[in-house]
Amino acid sequence: MDVVQLSRLQFGLTAMYHFLFVPLTLGLSVLLAIMESIYVTTGRTVWRDMVRFWGTLFGINFALGVATGLTMEFEFGTNWAYYAQYVGDIFGAPLAIEGLMAFFLEATFIGLFFFGWKRLTQVQHLFATVMVALGTNLSALWILIANGWMQNPVGARFNIATMRMEVTDFYAVLFNPVAQQKFVHTVSAGYVTGSMFVLSVGAFYLLRGRHRGLAIRSMTVAASFGLASALSVVVLGDESGYTIGLNQKMKIAAIEAMWRTEPAPASFTVIGIPDIGTHTTIGAIRVPWVLGLIATRSLNTEVAGIDNLVSDAKQRIKGGMIAYGAMQTLRGHPDDAVARAAFDAHANDLGYALLLKRYTPNVTDASEDQILAAAEDTIPPVLPLFVTFRVMVVLGLYFIALFAAMFVLASRRQLERHRWLLRVCLWSLPLPWVAAELGWVVAEVGRQPWTIDGVLPTFLSVSSVPVSNVWISLAAFVLLYSVLAVVEVYLMVRTIRHGPHAPAQRAA
Amino acid sequence: MSEYEFLRLLWWAVLGVLLIGFAVTDGFDLGSAILLPFVGRTDMERRVVINTIGPFWEGNQVWFILGGGAIFAAWPPLYAVAFSGFYLAMLLLLCALILRPVGFKYRSKLDSPRWRTTWDTALFLGGLVPALVFGVAFGNVLRGVPFRFDDTLRMTYTGTLFGLFNPFALLCGLVSVAMLTMHGAAWLVCKTEGAIRRRSRRAGVFAALALVALFLAGGIWAATLDGYTLKSFAGMDAPSNPLTKQVIRQPGALLANYSAMRWTMLAPAVGVFGAVLAALLSIAGRFRVLAFVTSGLSITGVIATAGLSLFPFLLPSSLDPNSSLTVWDASSSATTLLVMSVVTAILLPIVLVYTAWVYRVLRGPVTEADIEDDPHTTY
Ligand code: HDD
Ligand code: HEM
Ligand code: HEM
Repeated sequence: MDVVQLSRLQFGLTAMYHFLFVPLTLGLSVLLAIMESIYVTTGRTVWRDMVRFWGTLFGINFALGVATGLTMEFEFGTNWAYYAQYVGDIFGAPLAIEGLMAFFLEATFIGLFFFGWKRLTQVQHLFATVMVALGTNLSALWILIANGWMQNPVGARFNIATMRMEVTDFYAVLFNPVAQQKFVHTVSAGYVTGSMFVLSVGAFYLLRGRHRGLAIRSMTVAASFGLASALSVVVLGDESGYTIGLNQKMKIAAIEAMWRTEPAPASFTVIGIPDIGTHTTIGAIRVPWVLGLIATRSLNTEVAGIDNLVSDAKQRIKGGMIAYGAMQTLRGHPDDAVARAAFDAHANDLGYALLLKRYTPNVTDASEDQILAAAEDTIPPVLPLFVTFRVMVVLGLYFIALFAAMFVLASRRQLERHRWLLRVCLWSLPLPWVAAELGWVVAEVGRQPWTIDGVLPTFLSVSSVPVSNVWISLAAFVLLYSVLAVVEVYLMVRTIRHGPHAPAQRAA
Repeated sequence: MSEYEFLRLLWWAVLGVLLIGFAVTDGFDLGSAILLPFVGRTDMERRVVINTIGPFWEGNQVWFILGGGAIFAAWPPLYAVAFSGFYLAMLLLLCALILRPVGFKYRSKLDSPRWRTTWDTALFLGGLVPALVFGVAFGNVLRGVPFRFDDTLRMTYTGTLFGLFNPFALLCGLVSVAMLTMHGAAWLVCKTEGAIRRRSRRAGVFAALALVALFLAGGIWAATLDGYTLKSFAGMDAPSNPLTKQVIRQPGALLANYSAMRWTMLAPAVGVFGAVLAALLSIAGRFRVLAFVTSGLSITGVIATAGLSLFPFLLPSSLDPNSSLTVWDASSSATTLLVMSVVTAILLPIVLVYTAWVYRVLRGPVTEADIEDDPHTTY
């Protein structure tokens, strides 16, 4: 494997690993704030015991969230150095603001959350908890503004003098519609994860007949919050479909295995096996109109198919070649008016010319075959996208059903009525993680072959480091992360088995 | 001075503030972790040490994360070159840092002595390795690093991991370890009582004296080393492109700023006298908080010395001096620097206020009784 493949593997693995802890932190922090608010308003100590019990689990999870987040912060520099140099002017800012606005908040107040019980009044402690929750959510906002810009790079322009992208409109980066919609979808996914965690552990206690009071109250909170969040995930997942339909046409076409543009409104392929060789989908079952509605919100707008998008890409590559040639002229003769005009006319296609670097380093001398090959490269892996997206959607609908059922039982105070349903809750524990990880696969694999959509190809983004170095780091992460995963799961399970500590052991 | 030139100078200073913020805050918990096996003999004593930093290290570490983020935002080529050039050293640093969150949180969750001593070792390494690697990295930056850019500004780096551990860089590594140990000891003197405080005081005096000796030795050595001088460049507000200047290597250039601008001598002076004062106050056994403050001042002086010796360089290249990164050609665009300045001016004071509040709420020493009272919440 080469540096590009290894770096992608390493980034994918470490990001997915980081995102094992992130959604639980997001969800539990808000649930803790809710539970503690109830404690402060009602003054009933069982709610404080709940905060302390779930807080212990939160802490075990949070530690690994922080540890693995450090890796992410480093990796853009260690493994994606050219990327960092090429778009750091835009991409670095949200990352820095995230540290200043969010990480400081959550990391400072989490100390008070654990160590401040005796030194703070009830209201002050609640304030600390709310600040932790606020911090984690703000952190999601800023990192998703950064990630949203990779999917939809607005408000920036290539500067020949500095050979990189530079910001032209910071507001556009901030209020990027893709980032907004990603934020709400991802944060809701975190809330679903936190709620499912509480629901499952609560169900475990009820099945064992232990800690009933704590379990029932916790599950009631989790079922209501979970239902709201699950609805929000699905409604806003649909919104995701709409926004990527607007700006990442190739991604939506790949998710749907839409090989050719259909007359509007497009039909939605429920299942089938996309075949890359022949550009057809085998055994497809299709529902008329639905895709057109999701992707365009209308019945008369076309959804572009993959083959048609490849021809578009060919045109843009040709435009990019003109821009690239003009850029080379301008670097020697900055005042060349003809070259300047040519560059300005085609600057938006410059990224497409970079796709050719895989075939010819000079770019401007590319043959027709090479242009076609580069255009074909713009198709992301269709089969994985097609499958993972469908699993995510099915899980989303399942969560709504499950939380709705538990919500009804909870409001009738009948949570213990159906043991089988408690078992279903228990065994559904891993599913939100599955959905969230698959969601990232859809978002990130669907962006291929770009790191910055239409601007910078993945294979150019890497650092010039020896391949042996990346092997070493990959091996180190796999080893270290495996050990930590075992330790963390062991401590989680142990803490859950122990249950909340008897109140007598603890001074108020 | 044009706006862009001012913003660049400002962000050079902000970078310094963040590094110093990191070393002064995270520095004391790294230092305390280095001292953990030595000042804490029994399990309970170690728990006391860990719990003095328990509520704070997480917030402190954000100074480090923010340092990374700010370099990315304000000095993207520096972020790209330093992180990918020092690839394996970064990996080492990262693995050590990863041990800390888990070590603090998980160590006291089980009673087994083997479990606990394993994590104690992990925490010790999690303090020592970063302290050493930071110093070594600084040492290499002072000497210049072997990289060059091609005309698309793609960087290649020709050094190796072992090349980083050259004698001068190792000396800088020891300066950094001594400095953070001194600071950790000053912290523990404030936050513990009895035997731990006694041992920390002794360790602190020793570390402060070591710091003074090593730092002075480094200064003398640096006078004999090659440094870098900017011969010509496109201008202080020119577009950021490192390939538009000429740089030469020269012996003694590392100290040139100190003769050109006398006031800069203040930095090494504060570095030395801060440490001497910290040692004296420790020996006197009084004014514990003041000792912690002077130790922090000493750190400020030492880091400022490194920054001023380099200025206007951020990262000189030994392979192709013209590829070096300077304050004038490795920054973000004026727009980005401006936006970041406004954001920082608003947010940093807020951060400082609530951080100070948290330290105030949790003031006072940690005792064994505190831990026995609440064995499940404390670390
Ligand atoms: C949607 C949410 C989300 C996403 C996509 C990411 N993170 Fe994250 N990150 C968080 C949400 C989060 C969090 C909820 O704020 C964490 C997780 C658990 C925690 O302790 O804080 C966190 C922790 C965390 C930390 C430690 C912060 C601290 O000390 O408090 C760092 C440095 C990063 N992350 C960096 C990253 C980077 C560089 C990412 C991009 C690849 C990334 N995270 C993706
Ligand atoms: C929000 C911040 C994130 C940013 C800025 C980001 C950025 C990146 C970058 C630079 C790459 C490498 C280049 C590439 O192969 O495309 C990548 C790949 C990848 N990322 Fe993300 N990522 C983020 C979050 C995540 C998260 C949270 C996950 C999953 C849990 C994830 C999953 C992946 C996967 C699976 C790949 C590999 C894609 C492939 O190799 O085809 N990303 N991402
Ligand atoms: C009907 C249900 C759902 C639909 C229609 C849906 C739709 C989508 C779409 C289109 C994307 C890709 C966005 C992009 O590429 O920019 C996405 C990403 C994602 N999904 Fe879903 N989703 C659904 C359910 C879920 C559920 C149940 C979860 C987790 C509990 C989840 C978690 C995620 C995550 C974490 C991402 C990556 C971040 C992002 O791009 O927003 N999704 N989803």
